[in-house]
Parts: sequence; structure tokens; C-alpha cells
Amino acid sequence: MTTTSWTLSRTELDWRLPSRGRVGMSALIAAEAAIFTIFVVAYLFYVGKSLSGPTPREVLSPPFFYTFCLLSSSLTIHFATRSLRRWNFRRFGAWWLLTITLGALFLYGTASEWHRLIYRDGLTISTNLFGTTYYSLVGLHGFHVVVGLVCLCTVMVLTLFGAVKQEHAERIDVLSLYWHFVDAVWIVVFTVVYVIGR
Amino acid sequence: MSTESIAWPSTTAASPSFVDHLHEWVTTVDHKRLGILYIVYALVFLVIGGVEATVIRIQLIRPHNDFVSPQVFNRMFTMHGTTMIFFVAMPILFGFANYLIPLMIGARDMAFPRLNAFSFWMTAFGGLLLYFSLVGANGLYGAGNAPDVGWFAYAPLTSQTFSLGHSTDFWTLALLVSGFGSIGTAINIVATILCLRCPGMTLSKMPLFAWLNLVMSGLVIIAVSPLTAAQVMLLLDRYLGAHFFDTQAGGSAVIWMHFFWIFGHPEVYVLVLPAFAFASEIIPVFSRKAIFGYPVMVGATVAIGFISVSVWAHHMFTVGMGANVNTFFVISTMAIAVPTGIKIFNWLATMWGGKIEFKAPMLFCIAFLFQFLIAGLTGVMMSAAPFDWQLGNSYFVVAHFHYVIVGGILFCLFGAFYYWFPKMSGKMYSEALGKVHFWLFVIGFHLTFDFMHVPGLLGMPRRIYTYEPGRGWDTWNLIVTIGVFFQAAGILVFLGNLLLSYFRGKAAGSDPWDAWTLEWSTNSPPPAYNFASVPTVKSRRPLWDLKHPDDPDWKYE
Amino acid sequence: MRSRGSINWRVLGSQILVCVNCNAAGLSNPTSPLSPTNIFSPASTPAKSIFELSLFVLAVTGTIFLVVFTLLLYSVVRFRKRKNDDGREPAQVYGSNQVELAWTVIPVLIVVALFMATARVIASVQKAARPDDAVEVVAIGHQFWWEYRYPALGVVTANELHVPVSDDSHPTPTFIKLLSADTDHSFWIPRLAGKTDLIPNHPNSMWIDPHETGVYLGQCAQYCGTQHAKMLLRVYVQSKDEFARWIQQQRQPATTTDAASQGQRIFETTACINCHAVAGTVANGHFGPDLTHLMTRDTIAAGAAKNTPENLRQWILNPASIKPGSLMPAMQLSDPELDALATYLETLR
Repeated sequence: MTTTSWTLSRTELDWRLPSRGRVGMSALIAAEAAIFTIFVVAYLFYVGKSLSGPTPREVLSPPFFYTFCLLSSSLTIHFATRSLRRWNFRRFGAWWLLTITLGALFLYGTASEWHRLIYRDGLTISTNLFGTTYYSLVGLHGFHVVVGLVCLCTVMVLTLFGAVKQEHAERIDVLSLYWHFVDAVWIVVFTVVYVIGR
Repeated sequence: MSTESIAWPSTTAASPSFVDHLHEWVTTVDHKRLGILYIVYALVFLVIGGVEATVIRIQLIRPHNDFVSPQVFNRMFTMHGTTMIFFVAMPILFGFANYLIPLMIGARDMAFPRLNAFSFWMTAFGGLLLYFSLVGANGLYGAGNAPDVGWFAYAPLTSQTFSLGHSTDFWTLALLVSGFGSIGTAINIVATILCLRCPGMTLSKMPLFAWLNLVMSGLVIIAVSPLTAAQVMLLLDRYLGAHFFDTQAGGSAVIWMHFFWIFGHPEVYVLVLPAFAFASEIIPVFSRKAIFGYPVMVGATVAIGFISVSVWAHHMFTVGMGANVNTFFVISTMAIAVPTGIKIFNWLATMWGGKIEFKAPMLFCIAFLFQFLIAGLTGVMMSAAPFDWQLGNSYFVVAHFHYVIVGGILFCLFGAFYYWFPKMSGKMYSEALGKVHFWLFVIGFHLTFDFMHVPGLLGMPRRIYTYEPGRGWDTWNLIVTIGVFFQAAGILVFLGNLLLSYFRGKAAGSDPWDAWTLEWSTNSPPPAYNFASVPTVKSRRPLWDLKHPDDPDWKYE
Repeated sequence: MRSRGSINWRVLGSQILVCVNCNAAGLSNPTSPLSPTNIFSPASTPAKSIFELSLFVLAVTGTIFLVVFTLLLYSVVRFRKRKNDDGREPAQVYGSNQVELAWTVIPVLIVVALFMATARVIASVQKAARPDDAVEVVAIGHQFWWEYRYPALGVVTANELHVPVSDDSHPTPTFIKLLSADTDHSFWIPRLAGKTDLIPNHPNSMWIDPHETGVYLGQCAQYCGTQHAKMLLRVYVQSKDEFARWIQQQRQPATTTDAASQGQRIFETTACINCHAVAGTVANGHFGPDLTHLMTRDTIAAGAAKNTPENLRQWILNPASIKPGSLMPAMQLSDPELDALATYLETLR
């Protein structure tokens, strides 16, 4: 039993560990994936089980254009980060703005689809099991798009103020991981809702 | 040039006022401070949860007792379970993880200090929200109060039809909020362990404590989210007319059970893995031997993590899932017993050939070994589904899981308290009081939880506010209740010891146990920056290497 | 450090546990002195299969316990630090692949054995064939009472289930379909079978074939709300003749008498008929128990009270005094109205 503190020697080691931003974001993505999985499971479990009300086949039509918008935004965000790494601030800003526009277009598409479903087809979250699972799954995804857009807009504003520099490329990359995740989830949701569920 | 004199502020520093201290603690992002906040918060709720348990046991001391009404009783067991799991066990284990992980891996703080603080305050707020239901839940019909739907809140009992007022909503929201806190902490732990280890500390050289918390955090990340999803679905059902669990609209009550237990089973491993972490650090030091089979311990931990997400429906054997599904969950549940048993054998082998010192931390860990053995075996009994058709939902299950949580996890926690208290406070606790605590608690624990198995075998279901005489349950319930008072006495001695030793204990020094992991190389308590210079390590026991330069670990690993 | 004279509570406790189990297992007579709901006292095939499996499981886990417990105890005693210790660290042993292999392979083999025994019982109970002369019952769980229907025999009753005894040469088991009208419940009569849940929108089924006549007790085993504790179960196993007689009697509609006509009028004009049914009268409510043959039951309020005139009167006057949280409202009747009503109900045999 001693009261002196031990000192430990320092040696030269090639010691490189993953970046904490990436690891943290990957962990967050894993957690979000788990939430989405449960909503997808609920959706699949309840396919065909509604006792009444509109069915998917009657009222759903696949939103190909808006899907294309969202998926291309993954491409544009990738180009944006690449431009930033290469010190192309203008190009970065342009690609970033395009990403935001495409994301916003997707949200508009979801909103107009919901408007049609509610007012023309009479499908709400409380109509039947299809309504419940459809709005909650697509809504959860839409919520994540909104959060992503808020983050993207924040970066846009900072860019306009000239605060985003090349050394921030790593952080922007981590944010784009989130955006890619949101797009990947949409691929799953699209398949489950508009392909399998119909 | 002006010749006015310039007034300089006084250069003598004023000693920080109480408000300054409070401000420091409320705004801290230091992992050590947050760790202590978590632990103190959990201890407060431990007492509250214990009072709830005492009310339950007094009501059940004899048949047809009227100590409390059925409504109050049902709130008691709901609050007791919810409090103990979410606002005692999880915070206290996160607290220890927060405090110790950076110190053990040679880092200065967690990967995301501000996320750390955010997570703590979310958890804290969740607990307050749950208890606010006692005053705030009176809904439209004057119904409501603390939630009374049981800690697993089966549908459709939680629908608006059967749960009037807002008590269920307080349950749901409190857990939603604290769930975000848990996920935040888990993300932080994963990032810290993967990204901030000091040079030389590869994954195979870090303490088992870090490994166990890493796997635990992975489980939190995958398992708490399903609960969050289910809670959101419940809120949608209750307020937006959704039909997730609405059996009248074709919805399924069983799917709530699936979602809940997909969370609920990994949750119990979330609770027990950190307890294993404590045992894996304490038992070697007090046996004076390295942990036996480090790689196998890591492998068993990872195996437990993976298998634990495939066993959940053993909580649903009586629900009517069909013979084939039942059979699958029997095999997956029995499978998880194998790596768990391997761990017990490895701890046993660590003690074997050692020189065991019976200080308080070790006493509690030895008791843990015996008790966890029994708990695991009663679990194996219930994994045989037909046997579970009798034992499930009875006091046998209640006895089993309290054996794990109290006899396993709480005992390891007591061991951890005594082991790391000198490091965290700089003072030594009273060994005599520690032993008094140990014996009082062991006697109380066994009086209560050994005998609690018997009413279950004799047909007593759980969650009943009273029972019929003439079923043969009376005497056993009496003995179970008596044990509670010994445990309460033990807890009082424990808390007294902590307080007394904090103010009057002898200085402990940086390494009172002659231990081997990095936290013992810092002062007690450690400075804010942990290490003056970031250490470099060569083996799993860096301090052993320093103390035994002729016989270092890295020659043998 | 434990002194030699002090009691080792751990050992004592676990020994008592083993003794209790042995005693319970040894008793197989119907009137078990330990408890009328003892799972180790089976009186029907499902419970018996479970009992036999449990003996095997207990033997295996008991052996594991004794072996590991002994090793733990030994290591704690043998390897304790002695007073005359020389202060040197003991030999550091980091692991052993052979030992790890041994204590992985042996548990895996044990698990395989346990699994195979278990799978066999699951199949035998859950995939049992239904013979032609099985009695069919539909049990519907309510907050906080049990509804029983015998669809093939045209009987509706509540809270006390009657079934015929079954003998192995000519089995007449009872197959029970389990439904729920509101939230989750669970049907548990330990001496007859393991429990099976009643879940709305999720029909389940179970079967029993009691070998001895008598009354078997149990209660709801899934938390269903305030009065979950008093949703008691009574199963009357009768000889085939007695059962046939009981069925006959239950199929009769209620007979009215003049003396009870005032009570009957109160019954039919107050809200009683909104919830309760009495066959042969206008009362056709389904929310509460069928009362056509109320007086043939030993208990009221799902076992919460004995079926005596005083209890019946008290129940109607103020259900919360017997079962607080029960869904039957206090009917706010005056004393003479109460007397008349009780007189009427007592004619419902």
C-alpha cells in the first residue's frame, strides 16, 4: 500500500484509433436503425389485417420522382464533401444547397401525398391498421429528414458566413453519414410500403 | 497621458460560495463529477424504491391484509419495478462506467463530455417526471395518479379504455426521456472505448471492465430503441387514435409483448454485464492473481451479447405462440446459460490457488458468486418451457429475478462501492461497518429471496395485492417480509458508512488495494485532468508491470 | 472472515429450499398438506408431464449446484490468506485451454439433454390430439370474472367450471378455448395444467384430464387491473353421471315464483339486466356473469366471498366493500328493495 502515484513511461508508438465523430455517428445510426426496424416489423405484421377502410392497393401510388430526388441528394452531398476536402468552397456551397433543395422537394412530395390521402381518400392514422402503420413509418422517416434538413441548413448558414473551412471536412463527412442513413432507410421504407405491402 | 489612477480589482480570491459549488456541479461536463451525480441520484431512488418494496411486503405479510388498498398496491409494484430498473440500476451502473472508463483506459474524459452531461440530465428529468405523476396525473375523470399498469405495461391494459387519466402517459414519457439519456451514454461509452485508449492499449489489453461496458453499451443501443418505438406507438394509440395495440380494430396485444421483451431481455444483460465487470476487477485483486482466461471471458461476454437478443420470448411461453416457436426460445435461452456458466468457472479459477483477503469488496463478490449460481440455475429451470408454464408469472419468477438483481447485481455494486470509494473520495471507509452491512444484508437477502421461491411453487401468482388463506402461502410470506427489515438495516449502515467515512475517514492514498489497473496510478480523488501525461501500457496490468519489473505480465500474455 | 461457529445462511437457505422441493415432490396425493395449489401435486396429464420434466430439470440443476457450490466453498476456505503469509504474490496463472474446453463442452452436453427432454413435453402437451368425446368449453376472461360456455351442450355459466373426471382407459378430457373480452388474463390451476393466457384477439387453447374428482383451485395469473388478485378459479371435477346431471340442470331456464316477483321486477327495471342475463326472462346482459343458476355456486364475485345470503346482500349493496375496484356499481337500493332482490336471486337455482 503506497501513497505515491506511479509514473508511466512514454514510448513512441504508431497509435491511431478511429475518429470519435465517426464512431459516435455510427452508434447513433445503429440505434436509429433499431427504431426503424420495429416500425417496419409492425408494418409488415399488420399488412392485410385491417378490418375496414382503404387498402394500400386502392390509395397508394409509388412516389418515384420524389424518391429519385431524395436518393440523388445522397450523391450531391457526397460531391459537396468532396469539394470541401479539395478547398472548393464555392462548389461545396452549391452542391450543399442542391442537397437541401432535393431534400425539401422530397418532404413536399410526402406532404402532398398525405394531403391527398387524408382529404381525398379518407385515410388517417386512426382509420385502420394500414393508416396507423403507414403514417407512423413514413412519418418517422419524414421526421428524420426534417432533422437532417435542419442540420444541413445550419451548415448552409455557417457556410454563407464563411465559417466553414477545409478542416471541418471531417465533421461535414460525419453529418453526411446521417444523411446517407436517412436515404438508406427510405429505400427500405419504399420497398416495404409501396412494393411488398401493396 | 492621463494621470488618473486606475482601480484594480482585489487579487485575493474569495472562497467559492455554495451557489458557486452548485453551479459547478450543475454545469459540469467532467466524467468524474457526472459519475458521482449519477450515483448519488440512484442512491436517492434506491431508498424510495426500497420504501415501495417495504409497503408491498407489509401488505403481503398476511392474507387479506388491509395495510393499503388494491389501487395503492398496484401503483407500488409498478413504481417499485420502474424506479429500480430505470432510475436506480441503470443510472448507478452508468455512473460507475462514466467515472472509471476514462481512468482505466488512460484517457482524460469521455469522448463527448457535453453529450455526457446531456444524458445525465435527461435521465434525471425522466425520474422526476415519473414521480411527478403522483401529483400531476389526475386526468379528466379525476382518475390517475402514479402509474399502476406494471413495469412492463402490457397492452391493452394501457389503452385509454382501461387506463384513464394520465398516469400511463407519465410512465411512457418518463421512460422515453430517460431512454434518450441511456442511448446517449451508450454512444459515449462506445466512442470512448474505441477512440480514446492510451497508446499500447489494444482491445485485447484493456481491462475486462471496459470490455463488459462496451458490450453493454452495444446492447443498450440495439435494445432501448425498440422500447422507444413501442412507447411512441403507445402514445399514438392513446392520443391520435392509432391502432397498434387496439385489439378491437384487429391490432395485437401480443406484439406489444414482443416489442417490450425485445427490449426487456437484453435490458437485464445491460444490468448484469457491468456487475460482471465489477466482479472481474475485484476478484483478481483480492485473490492476488490475474483473471483466469481473459480471452475466454471476452469471448463469453460477446457471445452473451449476441445470444441475449434472441431469447426474449421466454417471457412469453404462456402466451400461446405455438409449440415450434416455444421450442426455439427454449434452445436459445438454454444456450445463453453456457457462456454465463463459463464466466462463473473463470472467476472460480481466479480464486483457485490465490491468497484471498476477505475485505468488504471481496465479501460481496464472493456472495455474488454463490447467489448468481443459484439465480442462473433457477433461470435454467424456467427455460424449460413446460416448467415455465407453472413457474411463470408466479412468485418463483419474482424470486428468480430478485436473486439476479439483488443477489447478483446489487451485491457486486456494494463491492464496487467499497472498492472504489477510496479512489473517488480520497478517504478509507470503515471496514467494521462494511462487515456489519454485509452480514445484515446477507441474512435479509436470504430470508426474503430464498423463501420467496416457495409460494411460487405452491401456486401464488405475482402482482396480487392480497391472497387467500388456506393456500399454504402464509408462513412463507411472513418470513419474506421479515427479511426486508434486515436489508433495510443493512442499507442504513451502508449509507452511514459512506457519509461517515467521507467526512471522517483516514486518507486512502492512491492505491490502497495494491491493484493493477490505471486508475490506481492517479491521486485519490484524481485531478480534473486524470493523468499528468498520457500513459503508455504494454500489458493488461500496467501497474503489475511497474511493481514487478522482473516478472511483468507482457512476457506471459 | 467467517468464524467457525457462525451459521452459514447461504447453505442453510439452499438446503431448506431443496428439502421443501423434495417434500413437495414426494407428495402426490390430492389433498396435499402443503397447499391445494401445489405444482408438485399433479392431478391431470399436462400437470403430470410438467411434474416429471421438473424432476429431471431439478435433478440436473441440483447436481450442478452441488458441484459448483462445493468448489466455490472449497476455494474460499482453502485459498484464503493465512495469518503467517509471507507477503509474496501467488503463482500467476493466466488460463488453460483444456480446462476452458472442458467446462464449455460439458455444459453444452447438459443443455442438449435438457433441451431434448423439454421439446418432448412441449409437443406432448401442445400438440395433443383431441378425442371425439372431449368436452368443449369456451372460457372468456373479463375484468374480474370468468365466463364459461359449453357450446355443444348449450350451457352458459360463470366463475365455477364443472368438468367430468377422465380415466386413462376411456379418456374424456376437457378442451378449453381461451378468449378475452377486455385485457390480458391467465388461467392457472396448478394441479391440473400449466397456465395459459387469455388475450383479446388471440384465441388460445389448453386441455385438462383430471384423474380424481374434487375441487381444484387457482386464480388469474396475468395482471389485469385493480382486482386481479380476486379473480379466483374453482374447477369442480365430477363423475360422469354427476356432470351430466349438472349440465341438465344448467340448461334449464330460470323458474319464477310469486314470492320473488317483486324482487324480479326490481331486477328487471333497475340497471341489473344491462349487465346480467337470466335465461327465460328479459334479462340478457353480457357484461357481467350469467345469474340463471347463481345459487348453485359456492362463491360469488369470482371467489371473493362465499355465496351466503348476507354476502350476496352486501355485494349488491356495496361491491367495493368486498372487491374494491370491481366493475359492478353500487346499485343505491333501499333496504326493502335489497331484501326483495335478494329473495329473488335466491330462487335462481
